[in-house]
Amino acid sequence: MAAKKLNLKDKYKLLTRDLDWEFSYEDRKKAFPYEDFEGIKINDWSKWEDPFRLTMDAYWKYQAEKEKKLYAIFDASSQHNGHLNVSDPRYINAIKLFLTGISPLEYQAYQGFAHVGRQFGGVGARVACQMQSIDELRHVQTQVHAMSQYNKYFDGFHDWTHMHDRVWYLSVPKSFFDDARTSGPFEFLVAISFSFEYVLTNLVFVPFMSGAAHNGDMATVTFGFSAQSDEARHMTLGLEVIKFLLEQDEGNVAIVQKWIDKWFWRGCRLLSIVGMMMDYMLPNKVMSWKEAWEVYFEEAGGALFKDLARYGIRMPQYADIVEKEKEHVSHQAWWTFYTYGHAAGFHTWIPTDAELDWLSEKYPDTFDKYYRPRWELAKKLESEGKRIYNNALPQLCNTCQIPMLFTEMSEPGQIAYRVSEYKGDKYHFCSDGCQHIFEEEPEKYVQSWLPAHQIYMGNCGGPDVPDILRDYYHFNLGADNLDMKGSPDEQRWNEWKKQG
Amino acid sequence: MTIEIKTSTLEPVRLTFANLERRFGNKPASRYQEATYDVQAETNFHYRPLWQPDKELNDRSRTAVVMADWYELKDPRQYYYGAYVQQRARMQEQAENNYAFFEKRDLARHLPDAIKASLIRHLIPLRHVEHTANLNNVYGSAYGYGTAITQALLFDGMDRLGIAQYLSRIGLILDGNTGESLAEAKQLWMNDPLWQGMRALCEKTLVVEDWFETFVAQDLVIDTLVQELVYVQYDQWLAEQGAQDVAMLTEFMRDWYADTSRWADAVLKVVAAESEANRTLVSQWLHRWRGCAAEALAPLANELAAGSASLDAALAALDKRAAKAGI
Repeated sequence: MAAKKLNLKDKYKLLTRDLDWEFSYEDRKKAFPYEDFEGIKINDWSKWEDPFRLTMDAYWKYQAEKEKKLYAIFDASSQHNGHLNVSDPRYINAIKLFLTGISPLEYQAYQGFAHVGRQFGGVGARVACQMQSIDELRHVQTQVHAMSQYNKYFDGFHDWTHMHDRVWYLSVPKSFFDDARTSGPFEFLVAISFSFEYVLTNLVFVPFMSGAAHNGDMATVTFGFSAQSDEARHMTLGLEVIKFLLEQDEGNVAIVQKWIDKWFWRGCRLLSIVGMMMDYMLPNKVMSWKEAWEVYFEEAGGALFKDLARYGIRMPQYADIVEKEKEHVSHQAWWTFYTYGHAAGFHTWIPTDAELDWLSEKYPDTFDKYYRPRWELAKKLESEGKRIYNNALPQLCNTCQIPMLFTEMSEPGQIAYRVSEYKGDKYHFCSDGCQHIFEEEPEKYVQSWLPAHQIYMGNCGGPDVPDILRDYYHFNLGADNLDMKGSPDEQRWNEWKKQG
Repeated sequence: MTIEIKTSTLEPVRLTFANLERRFGNKPASRYQEATYDVQAETNFHYRPLWQPDKELNDRSRTAVVMADWYELKDPRQYYYGAYVQQRARMQEQAENNYAFFEKRDLARHLPDAIKASLIRHLIPLRHVEHTANLNNVYGSAYGYGTAITQALLFDGMDRLGIAQYLSRIGLILDGNTGESLAEAKQLWMNDPLWQGMRALCEKTLVVEDWFETFVAQDLVIDTLVQELVYVQYDQWLAEQGAQDVAMLTEFMRDWYADTSRWADAVLKVVAAESEANRTLVSQWLHRWRGCAAEALAPLANELAAGSASLDAALAALDKRAAKAGI
């Protein structure tokens, strides 16, 4: 008898989808206990459409081929002193921010997807999440291996996980992912698979990886290309998640919309460091943050939300505010890091004159009016030997944990402050978006581990800021922090270039 | 004559990351070390999980086992993602060749009907056991502590999904891709007295809360017994019946077990050696699950290999494995 040919869909279904069964001896709710408390209704898991039909044997094979090529490039790069090929040593600071701020989130993604990959009642959804889980483990590990070479020759990479758990500005990305992982399993998927991976991921991935390509960072760009096919799978999972939830039950729509609103805003706040990286930290620019936002959110995201309108989903709340903020956030963020450059684990600097001109050209409506004068002043002070350093601890937003640096969009010279009271205590926010998130779940956000508060409470050593930076954060003072000018990174670079 | 290729060497500022320097001294680290040690967040978590408010996100107290340093549980295979997938890719290439050969020569046609029926009754339902093992290992990966053990558990979890899929493919080879053998095996799994003890055991492991207990139940007890009964004893019986070709389709499972038990044994050994309390705990779990599993597998052992399989031999293999790990 000739065996009948199976198409991919049927084969995958037979191999994978029928592995689970209805329990007879234990309460299935005890094996999958977290599916109900968020109010999401799943009427029929079998309606889940597998977003990609990859069996494990094929997964091992494809991924091993990708890994082999990737590590060949890493090896070649370290044999040939690949770190000398970057455009300018200032560039290295962008990937310091990546290793200390983003790579640990890949790890959290691995953990979060392992959690939901164990907890969902439907085998199709579970397996898709498990595959994303192991992919995310790949990403953190390949990133560490890519950066290993840079750590040997530059400062600021050396204690990346220790720093991620403690350093003030790294609580921004850390709290973002802690928030997602502490949420229920369905909110986690809407937060990470949909709002982040599907809607916003291009705004992290493309800027960093294109930035690497434009600035001669072979190791990082190779990692980026290699991860792209993983990311494509993750994005299809994000879309399937949303469609599945919306099609399962009408009651899900309002819950999902609330999560999209929350995670869109939370994601945009996180992306302000990416905006700053694009506009200020890349010596060879890719595009401005504003342009990236227009291409990757306004055009692509606009079309997506038009598609989702048939389910009753609308554009995320506060998208109109973000559209205005694209003119401002990168400038406000880099200015803050510049003035707190003594407390940052990477170097900061004043843009060159050519870079200031580029910013004027890319931001014709705002840069010359609001931001260029600051840099002209900073230049003047620096030339007088009075480089600006702000020694006061910043007040942090209780939700996004970014210092209060964002301004009112109606009045871009005015810092935005919002205050809420909860059980007799006052909580401060940078925006309506962050205040709204707090007010929806105050019991969650009163728990925020706010680095500035923790320092005041004496939980980070001290007593003085340099003690905290050195002993609690593990900064090598005078090497990791302060201005790029005169840094050991810069001195070494000049030496190497003289030798070459 | 040796030729030395000249490359320009630059003096590095440091040889490795600071956490690895604290652990191992100032020397170059391996890729396994860089990818593993201290990667998981340790402190300053922002919020309690809504789904488990009595715990932190990463919390040592999700098991009663106590380790001063969970990174002691290193993997002797030194698998980080890249090393893992490359090793499994080699194994799957071998498996693929075997399956392709089996199908090309239509070796299923040479199997007597009684053997085919036995494979559907005794082997194919194990895909559901492997699916349980997938969930149990992913459980440990999600709630365990420290990248050293949690990454290895995820690798094992994905292996088990792969094995469940290989077992399903054997079914499809037997039924000419109709899926009938899988449906029949599932009926047996759901209803036949032969499998009910095992199904109850699988369900029972899925509601265990302590992730290290799950690890002991699944990766030590159940895996050893199934390996011995099915992939050793039953395999031998099949060979005696002239059905030795089937071994081509299950070779992956034997190679996988040799590879994975090396890691699991190393983990158990370190945990038991850490303290008397750990040793006692793991022994109690071993004892408890050994009893449950022996009972659950008795009907299968009685029937397997026309009654020639020996549960006692399988239990002896388990005891030997446990003793070697110091339990």
